[in-house]
Amino acid sequence: MPELAIPDMSLVVLIGSSGSGKSTFAREHFGPFETLSSDFFRGLVSNDENDQASTADAFEALRFVAGKRLDAGLLTVVDATNVQPESRRAFVRLAREHDVLPVAIVLDVPERICVERNESRTDRRFGANVITRQQAQLRRSLKSLGREGFRRVHVLHGVDEIAEASITVEPLLNDRRFEAGPFDVIGDIHGCRSELETLLVRLGYAIEADAAGRPIDASNPDGRRAVFLGDLVDRGPDTPGVLRLVMGMVGNGHALAVPGNHEDKLVKALRGKKVQTSHGLAETLTQLAGESEEFRAQVERFADGLVSHLVLDGGDLVVAHAGLPESYQGRASGRVRAFALYGDTTGETDEYGLPVRYPWAEDYRGSATVLYGHTPTLEAEWVNNTMCLDTGCVFGGKLTALRYPEREVVSVPAERVWYEPVKPLAAPATADAPARAAGLLSIDDVLGKHIVETRTHGRIGVREDYAAGALEVISRWAIDPRWLLYLPPTMSPPSTSGREGLLEHPAEAFAAYRKEGISDLICEEKHMGSRAVVLLTRNAARFDAPEGWRGIVHTRTGRPFFDAQRADEFLARLDAAFENAGLWHELDTDWVMLDAELLPWSLKAGDMIRGQYASVGAAATAALPRAVAALEQAASRGIPVTELLERTRSRESNARGYVHAYRNYSAPADGLEGVQLAPFQVLATEGKTHSDASHRWHLDVADRLAAVEPALVRPTRSLVVNLTDDASVASAIEWWQSLTAEGGEGMVVKPLANLTRTAKGVVQPGIKVRGREYLRIIYGADYTEPENLGRLRDRNLAHKRSMALREYALGLEALDRLVAGEPLWRIHQAVFAVLAMESEPVDPRL
Amino acid sequence: MLLTITYSGPNASDLGYLLHKHPGKVQSFDVSVGEAHVFYPEASDERCTAAVLLEVDPIALVRNKRFGGSDSFSLGHYVNDRPYAASSMLAVAMGKVFRTAMTGRCDARPELVATPIPLEIGLASVPSKGADRLATRLFTPLGWQVEETAIPLDTQFREWGDSRYTNLRLHGTLTLAEALRQLYVLLPVLDDSKHYWVSDDEVAKLLRAGEGWLAEHPDRELITRRYLAHQRTMIADATERLVEVGDVEAASASAGSTAHGTAAPTPLFSLRAEAVLAALRELDAHRVADLGCGEGALLKHLMADPSFTQILGADVSHRALGLAEERLHLRDLSDRQRARVKLIRSSITYLDDRMAGFDAVVLMEVIEHVDLDRLSAVEASVFAHARPGAVIVTTPNSEYNAMYPTLSEGGFRHSDHRFEWSRAEFAEWAQGVCGRNGYSVELRPVGENDPVVGTPTQLALFRRA
Repeated sequence: MPELAIPDMSLVVLIGSSGSGKSTFAREHFGPFETLSSDFFRGLVSNDENDQASTADAFEALRFVAGKRLDAGLLTVVDATNVQPESRRAFVRLAREHDVLPVAIVLDVPERICVERNESRTDRRFGANVITRQQAQLRRSLKSLGREGFRRVHVLHGVDEIAEASITVEPLLNDRRFEAGPFDVIGDIHGCRSELETLLVRLGYAIEADAAGRPIDASNPDGRRAVFLGDLVDRGPDTPGVLRLVMGMVGNGHALAVPGNHEDKLVKALRGKKVQTSHGLAETLTQLAGESEEFRAQVERFADGLVSHLVLDGGDLVVAHAGLPESYQGRASGRVRAFALYGDTTGETDEYGLPVRYPWAEDYRGSATVLYGHTPTLEAEWVNNTMCLDTGCVFGGKLTALRYPEREVVSVPAERVWYEPVKPLAAPATADAPARAAGLLSIDDVLGKHIVETRTHGRIGVREDYAAGALEVISRWAIDPRWLLYLPPTMSPPSTSGREGLLEHPAEAFAAYRKEGISDLICEEKHMGSRAVVLLTRNAARFDAPEGWRGIVHTRTGRPFFDAQRADEFLARLDAAFENAGLWHELDTDWVMLDAELLPWSLKAGDMIRGQYASVGAAATAALPRAVAALEQAASRGIPVTELLERTRSRESNARGYVHAYRNYSAPADGLEGVQLAPFQVLATEGKTHSDASHRWHLDVADRLAAVEPALVRPTRSLVVNLTDDASVASAIEWWQSLTAEGGEGMVVKPLANLTRTAKGVVQPGIKVRGREYLRIIYGADYTEPENLGRLRDRNLAHKRSMALREYALGLEALDRLVAGEPLWRIHQAVFAVLAMESEPVDPRL
Repeated sequence: MLLTITYSGPNASDLGYLLHKHPGKVQSFDVSVGEAHVFYPEASDERCTAAVLLEVDPIALVRNKRFGGSDSFSLGHYVNDRPYAASSMLAVAMGKVFRTAMTGRCDARPELVATPIPLEIGLASVPSKGADRLATRLFTPLGWQVEETAIPLDTQFREWGDSRYTNLRLHGTLTLAEALRQLYVLLPVLDDSKHYWVSDDEVAKLLRAGEGWLAEHPDRELITRRYLAHQRTMIADATERLVEVGDVEAASASAGSTAHGTAAPTPLFSLRAEAVLAALRELDAHRVADLGCGEGALLKHLMADPSFTQILGADVSHRALGLAEERLHLRDLSDRQRARVKLIRSSITYLDDRMAGFDAVVLMEVIEHVDLDRLSAVEASVFAHARPGAVIVTTPNSEYNAMYPTLSEGGFRHSDHRFEWSRAEFAEWAQGVCGRNGYSVELRPVGENDPVVGTPTQLALFRRA
């Protein structure tokens, strides 16, 4: 019973004449979508499965679909006669273009049977001579299939063998997803045996030596395994020693290894091929000459058997000597191997005559972490979720390992310069080089429809047209994306109140949380200012900013509040407040991001207050008293205008209330004089977001800042509510009434515990309950008139609520990515998505 | 929202006959935006005052599609002056309430209708946009004595100054019909905001209402233009907003000098496009990308020249791209023509592979719209990432601003400009770019060259080393 082994992710080409049973074979052994049949595609493009005239179009469509499947890494089977070499060649090329292996399965069925089968079918219009010709072509093809590029060729002779055959899909050699670690991934060693031993000991490995005292294995008591990134050999003092130790570890299952370009060359040299022995190979060959023939053979077998790259830990980790772009990961082709071993070059050479390596990591957007070596650098640094661990040990740098999944870098210094580098380890950075590559974003990071995967709210889609709006806002008005690391979410009001004269009331906010099963809430005063995000840092480098930069204060759409000088002055005072309150020390951080209100509102919105609010107020307060006077005069003559007069008097008083409401927002601020910050949440500090800390804790931080710097920091009044206690609820409502009676904006009701999840998902982080008088500047002065209010109660909150939740989750995601040290583009995607949500059309009065 | 008309004279209450509204009643009329009430605060034999009080229903206003409702998502849409101001809506109400009176028909008092009578008109909160004391300027030539009283923005914040509203009192001796027709035309002219009723027959309406006084009015043009406002297309609107002071200067200069019979100078935007095109031809560039193409002013020139075989226009503004597509008639081009031109949405502060592979990239009047501290991102995306054979940058020369009398000291030519550079500043930046990215640069003047301050526009031609 023939068992046909097929590598995973391959392109299987069935070969056999018409009537050889290919479609039946495919149906039995492969899934319904895995097989692409030329007949089916003829039908798709021409409505007729047998229309030979449409063959070219059918194959074009078939190859297109096959390409899409291979892009997605799916096993794909081509069901067509494929008896001519040129038709097979197209599929071999297709497989190579997608870096998968082409496999041929030949169904060799006697001509007689094929003809019989064909004649029994009514839908075939060609004669036996066609089959005769195909059989002859098949026969000629059989010997050359391997040469044509098929990596596996299976030939099934006769009907019985075909009927009995079974298919086994084998994982690719690089597919080691089942290896979950933990790992210690070690960069280029280049014969530095002593440093390797030191590093392994540092990492907790116990080294085992043979009778001659030479290390032959190392194992970790915690079951950790080493992963060697290649370039074990050449240049250094003891290549055989390194090989002996590494081969022992790999052989005993204590380590994995991928080959480097130096191993590749060494294998060729050991096989007696003529190779250049520069770049340290000469030293290796000399050192190996002192070893036994058997050892050399062992080295050759070991180095030759290494797989170019490995996919580990469920696909989350990829190791390759020179790194690997996403489209090559888990694939097999000549160019994948070449990239993994040698990397890519730009075709240029630098001033030392060395090829300039293509900076693939800067464009890397894959989800898997890539660890690699090959290019000596001074320090191991994260670039877009990739890290180069070659820190030039042999050139006098250090030998570096990354502990995975801890992501902790461990290095030991080189004992000496073992090999003089052609160029200095890291060329000094140009003084005024344009913005560092890591700070640059690609248009593909944000344009078009995007899905942002959030920890709190699952996948959030960003519609293309809203992304376009956000792109314009970000490009034209926002601060540098390196510092725009968070945008606050919008907040929903409660369901509309049915109480007389009111649109909003705390009872509805409490009811909403009660329904979610949350009874401990906090009410926070809503300041009459502008939402502000404050990034305050003592470590400018953390944000890729120039030395001495203290941070930034920006609006909810990412615009700066202050010019550079004012921002510096403002942040310097805030820094001092943190210092004096002992918060730097206590939060154990050198930067902090705050969510806050900046007062007065007129600081940002002065033009709007004057141009819109005051302007309308001026028109109203000038016209209405005159109208009242005219009506009173008419009334005194006995004209029946009573009702109209009452209504107009009421409107006059509404207008006064309206003017009073906006006046609350206007306070003179000269420079920073009169400017106050009311922080209400510590968004993030180094390594930590604080979304799970009680709001009481957050407000305590604010209170402590206000205590030491009362002129700059304003505390936020608050009241803790327990919904099971009627007295507590009543006093909260009373508090809201007193806050808003004088035109105060209102309060925000939040779950006391902060970020709260229920079985249904994440809960609204806050509900704003705005005051009756304040709402005049939102809904118009006369909104409280009964005939107006009745119509205004009909407001659609569902969209606003959903937006508030999505923006909240995106903001948290940005913070999580920030504190996890993720690349800028990942943070930017989440921040950008918040802004895109804000482009959604929603009633601005909510 | 309030208009009073007072007639002083013998049998003053005849005003009721002229207006066709009884002085002893209050009458209400439905108008599209609410309700208009007519009543008489006083009606004696010596003096009679009629009042029109318009109650605008703000919610109906918001919800009514005809008034631009339901698709507007700005707050200004909900909180505005319409319920209070003596705006174009009051004129609409007048047209409905006093339709007959405006035609000058009165069967009961036929002789009075044709007689100029002493009238006093009171208007509260008249929005007046533009010129100072515009109401005085518009009503005086018609024989009115005008009292215009400014209304402060907020009595509690005197430093904010006056609002755009005034209380207006007019005295004059005119026929009532004439007075009403003048108000009917001039209220929307003073308001100069959205005329909700502009339709095809507005011109005819204007001619009817303006009969006998408009033709002779010294501000006839202003009145006509404003009354018929908002018939301009969106494109014209946008162009106005995007035009720069320099262009306006040049354009008005050209208008002025043509009147005097001399040759008009070419406007600056044309000179700029010519300079860019000349540089492109000199470079023998065939594949050209115009980054920040806006509405396609330069693309149009590029498309007209077949030597440009591949043309890319990129802009971050959705609106600009839509307008460019329209202005360039891209949809009407043949497939072959269409293949030459591509418009894409992009941003020069992001890296974009689609911008790579061009002979030349043009940044015409673009960099000054980018914050100074974001220029390094532009440099990275254009010079380091796209790396075209050549880059052409134009930007205002701030030294030349001294030549624009309307510009305040240190002011910019356009409100969206983040900076404007002197020649030295531009040169310094250009040299830095060259050093960091391997380009060489040649700086060129564009426009009229003043010996002291140079040309209005400066151009940098970068060539990849």
